[in-house]
Amino acid sequence: MSLWKIAWRSIQQRSLASTLTAVSMALGVALVVAVLVIHGVIDKSFRRSAQGYDLIIGPKGSRLDLVLNTVYHMGRPVGTIPYRYYTELADQRFAADVETAVPICMGDSFSGFRVIGTNPDMFDKLEYLDGQKYTFQPGGRNFDWNAPFEAVVGATAARKTGMRVGDTFRPVHGETGEGEEHQPFTIVGILEPTGTPIDRAFFVNIKGFYTLHTVEAAEEKPGSGAASPGSASQNEAAAAAGSPQQADDDRKISAVLVVTQKNDYQRAMAFPRRVVEELDVQAVAPAEEIDRLFRGLVGDIQVVLLILAVLIVVVAGIGIMVSIYNSMNDRRREIAIMRALGARRSTVMAVILVESILLALGGGAIGVLLGHGLTGALAPIIAERTGVVVSPLHFQTNELILIPGLIVLASAVGYLPAVIAYRTDVAQSLIASP
Amino acid sequence: MLQLKEVKKSFKQPDGSELPILDIEEFNVGAGEQVVVVGPSGCGKTTLLHIIAGIGRPTSGKVKIDGWDITLMDEAECDQFRAQHIGYVFQTFNLLPGFTALENVLLGMTFARGGSLLRAAMDFLVRPALAFSKHNPEWDRARHLLERVGLGHRMNHKPPMLSVGEQQRVALARALANRPRLLLADEPTANVDTGNQQAIVDLLQETCREEKVALVLVTHAPEVARQFPRIVPLEEINRVLALR
Repeated sequence: MSLWKIAWRSIQQRSLASTLTAVSMALGVALVVAVLVIHGVIDKSFRRSAQGYDLIIGPKGSRLDLVLNTVYHMGRPVGTIPYRYYTELADQRFAADVETAVPICMGDSFSGFRVIGTNPDMFDKLEYLDGQKYTFQPGGRNFDWNAPFEAVVGATAARKTGMRVGDTFRPVHGETGEGEEHQPFTIVGILEPTGTPIDRAFFVNIKGFYTLHTVEAAEEKPGSGAASPGSASQNEAAAAAGSPQQADDDRKISAVLVVTQKNDYQRAMAFPRRVVEELDVQAVAPAEEIDRLFRGLVGDIQVVLLILAVLIVVVAGIGIMVSIYNSMNDRRREIAIMRALGARRSTVMAVILVESILLALGGGAIGVLLGHGLTGALAPIIAERTGVVVSPLHFQTNELILIPGLIVLASAVGYLPAVIAYRTDVAQSLIASP
Repeated sequence: MLQLKEVKKSFKQPDGSELPILDIEEFNVGAGEQVVVVGPSGCGKTTLLHIIAGIGRPTSGKVKIDGWDITLMDEAECDQFRAQHIGYVFQTFNLLPGFTALENVLLGMTFARGGSLLRAAMDFLVRPALAFSKHNPEWDRARHLLERVGLGHRMNHKPPMLSVGEQQRVALARALANRPRLLLADEPTANVDTGNQQAIVDLLQETCREEKVALVLVTHAPEVARQFPRIVPLEEINRVLALR
């Protein structure tokens, strides 16, 4: 029989007290796990959302705001830049530095989801993760560059709004959903889930996006007729919006997503500086900004939460000490019997420490399951509010530190009762109690 | 096999004076011999057994078992020696209530192997299967002993589910688990009914013969004492009692 079994029997003998101490440990550990998992998943999701392109070229202003707005669809657009900057990046003087450039136009919404004007390259050429191309749910496709009022919807946005391929929707001006309704767009594709903010947005052909404003501007003129979807006037307006005749400077975009050429490292490194010097823009590497954000504010919040959770675990550990300590009076005779049977002082001390470790690890194991269950239970709320997909099976590497951590804690809190066991006077304890 | 020479034991009283309990010039027991020490309650019989077992230390004198002077051993050595060479049957059985009869017998064997936190960790990491296995020589020996004392059908019962006589038989099996050279029995029949008394005495005598174990049994019951070939009244060897 091993010391583990002996310790386990002691735990069983005091099943109520043992269960309560294990539960308090489980709750503490569950909290630690939940903090680690949710933070880890959010961190990973944030970082992975910033993959797929190297730079965001956008108006001067807050770098973080530009990233949050462009990548995560949070807050208001920082401003606008001329559409011609996109053409210069994609086709003209910077073409040699740029592998792919995709324009992004914001400012409208539908049912609480952002409506983003872009071109088909967004889904044809960009990847949402390294090596992960966008794919469409069966029956769907990317919008056609020559069909200005076609749109594509992210998986979550489609599910939440109940939109299907063939449905139409009318974007509303502004992000609050209280602005004026625009012309309708027809959904031609629903994206497969990506686990990124892309899931929570509507994407419309940028040509149509510009047309809305052209048509609306025309409508505002007295005597002009209203345009209906697909009508001649609308299609003409759309054609005009996408035509080279319209001056580039009349059209504005929120940002350009850029994948740089990697074949010339020095040139790639110099590219952002060149863009900033030659155009009136800022070039932001989203991954760097997110890293800065996480190392700063978010990292501090995690540290505070972790400290609180660890304190709860320590309090639970002290609970183990109190539980075992309180049982020592009743166990004096038991320990004396063990000693009389030949157990050394160090052996009975080890039994008490193993008991403490078993309680901590047992409670900890339940806590890990509880913590992941908790994150699983919270997953829909997190996904609903942030678009971050949390799975209860997301195990973080740093959870492994719980094992040695709990063993050290259990050894520390088990030490005092173990010393009492160590000091038990055998002959006296055997004679003292019947 | 067992030799006590000039063994004295006294306890300090609250007023600081010493209260002598034992003063034994010489007491010897041969290998395989069965000896009963008799004396009234409170005459130092249990203290004598504690000193022989190394549970208590004599104030002075030598206690040799198979040539080993246990008074010269440090506490850990003495514990180990007791676990490996001495069996002990208590008056109140002293079974651990949370363990089954079988586990109570296994306990002594576990302690004879020695146990430390390091050992527990090694058990868990290196041979977890063995640590929890029910098929190894120790388990076989424990089962054999319980069958021998007639408890083959009660192995997985915990002490509260056993009768008093059955508990004492488990205690006997536990005392014999490590194949000791010496078995000490402290009033083993004091808490059992008359019917079980004889059964316990018979079992003690038979098993000690079978296992070739020397037996020192202390009792205040003459009907138990007279069944043994050698009876030693404690007042004959304990000079403290002679002076009272």
